[in-house]
Amino acid sequence: MSVMVVRKKAMRKWEKLPGRNTFCCDGRIMMARQKGIFYLTLFLILGTCALFFAFECRYLAVQLSPAIPVFAVVLFLFAMAMLLRTSFSDPGVIPRALPDEAAFIEMEIEATNGTVPQGQRPPPRIKNFQINNQIVKLKYCYTCKIFRPPRASHCSICDNCVERFDHHCPWVGNCVGKRNYRYFYLFILSLSLLTIYIFTFNIVYVALKSLKIGFLNTLKETPGTVLEVLICFFTLWSVVGLTGFHTFLVALNQTTNEDIKGAWTGKNRVQNPYSHGNIVKNCCEVLCGPLPPSVLDRRGILQQEESGAQGDSSTRGPSTQEPGALEKSSTQEPGAAQVLSAQAVGSTREGSSSPTRQSAVPMLPLSPTGMPEETQPSAVELPAQTRDDGPTEH
Amino acid sequence: MASEAHDLQELRRSASLATKVFVQRDYSDGTLCQFQTKFPLELDSRLERQLFEETVKTLNGFYAEAEKIGGSSYLEGCLACATAYFIFLCMETHYEKVLKKIAKYIQEQNEQVYAPRGLLLTDPVERGMRVIEISIYEDRCSSRSTSSRSSSSGGGGGR
Repeated sequence: MSVMVVRKKAMRKWEKLPGRNTFCCDGRIMMARQKGIFYLTLFLILGTCALFFAFECRYLAVQLSPAIPVFAVVLFLFAMAMLLRTSFSDPGVIPRALPDEAAFIEMEIEATNGTVPQGQRPPPRIKNFQINNQIVKLKYCYTCKIFRPPRASHCSICDNCVERFDHHCPWVGNCVGKRNYRYFYLFILSLSLLTIYIFTFNIVYVALKSLKIGFLNTLKETPGTVLEVLICFFTLWSVVGLTGFHTFLVALNQTTNEDIKGAWTGKNRVQNPYSHGNIVKNCCEVLCGPLPPSVLDRRGILQQEESGAQGDSSTRGPSTQEPGALEKSSTQEPGAAQVLSAQAVGSTREGSSSPTRQSAVPMLPLSPTGMPEETQPSAVELPAQTRDDGPTEH
Repeated sequence: MASEAHDLQELRRSASLATKVFVQRDYSDGTLCQFQTKFPLELDSRLERQLFEETVKTLNGFYAEAEKIGGSSYLEGCLACATAYFIFLCMETHYEKVLKKIAKYIQEQNEQVYAPRGLLLTDPVERGMRVIEISIYEDRCSSRSTSSRSSSSGGGGGR
């Protein structure tokens, strides 16, 4: 004799969202699934700053000025705030089309293209729009069943369409898109400043202390200094380079995705219709423009009736409702290649044309927003990236 | 106001959903959120073109106001940056304020214009700002006449 207990369970919408994201704090936090490299970023920033505050700051505050650690703290807190904001916020995910809407669009497409016989691959679905006297093509996303807005792209790692898609950054554990680009930019900018700051004052500390007790003794007393200098040295080249690259993109109102694909360069290509033609105006729009709220409504309530006999099926974490999306998303723009080539471009860019996907083949994120530049740890990290981080899953 | 909202609920219960029409985005002005003012043929027998166009144009105006790049948006952006964006914990963004105005406007339009004609507008924000969904209801109850005009769906009307 089984007793069915029917109870109304308030489920939040994030529990049923398709796509490969993880959600924390009951939907308030949204990240990509692979968070290993993000934890590495956190560890490196926190570790290096902890060493700096523990050793060098004490000496420099007394010898030079107490303003030195104060300013370092401000920079550190700002960088951390921006990192967490970038990592935890919705990058501008476009929710997938509901069945009615998808069917309506399919009908419209069939009306224009005509029906395709079974088994044949349908022609690519493209709509042409004119923006500022330029023709811009809108592509149809087979996974999300929508025509993607201009500048949007489908991230195959997160399996979502993201507005104004820049790139997927494993170092922040999230996509960088319309809603969190400014936080990402401010993060790499403040991290650059923090790295330069720590590097400079480490050198100053070593110099000052060496005058008193000698160089080798200084290093023996605070061995952490060597580690900090090494980390900062390698970070400088990558993060500062990346900041420079993104400053260039912001000034031209371009995304990393567009830059890699060469969307607006070349003789026969259209000019960037989104640029105002004025660097200041572009910077203001990208960094200080209006911030659209998330349309995902992660914390909205889905009223459901569940029977107690079936058990509670709601667990934290995304529901993978579209296992087929993995195959489908392979036909989309390869977000992973974009990630890696984006990272590659960020470090090697010197105003010349980007090497695109060939340099990304070795699968090394060459321009990390974290600390280390050594490629070996990155190479080790990368296989972990493709697996689900079991213990770190929320 | 409360009675009109009640009417909307009654409409949903007494009527059955016939079909939905989706008004797509208009990207001719870039990535700004604007919707096409092209009149959907399915609404031909239900709604006057002018009313539809007015609704869409007003909505477009609201969205343009929300995304307007100007002095006040820059000020908001800079102030927010200076506070490391913590200020948004206690303050609404300009965009959110305009979205609330839009929600109110859509409710008003539903009550005054669309529900009496057996139609229902859905706020685009609930559809990811991709479309304006207009649900067309077929009235089951003969006593509730949805429109003063006799609707013969012979032409390009609803299915």
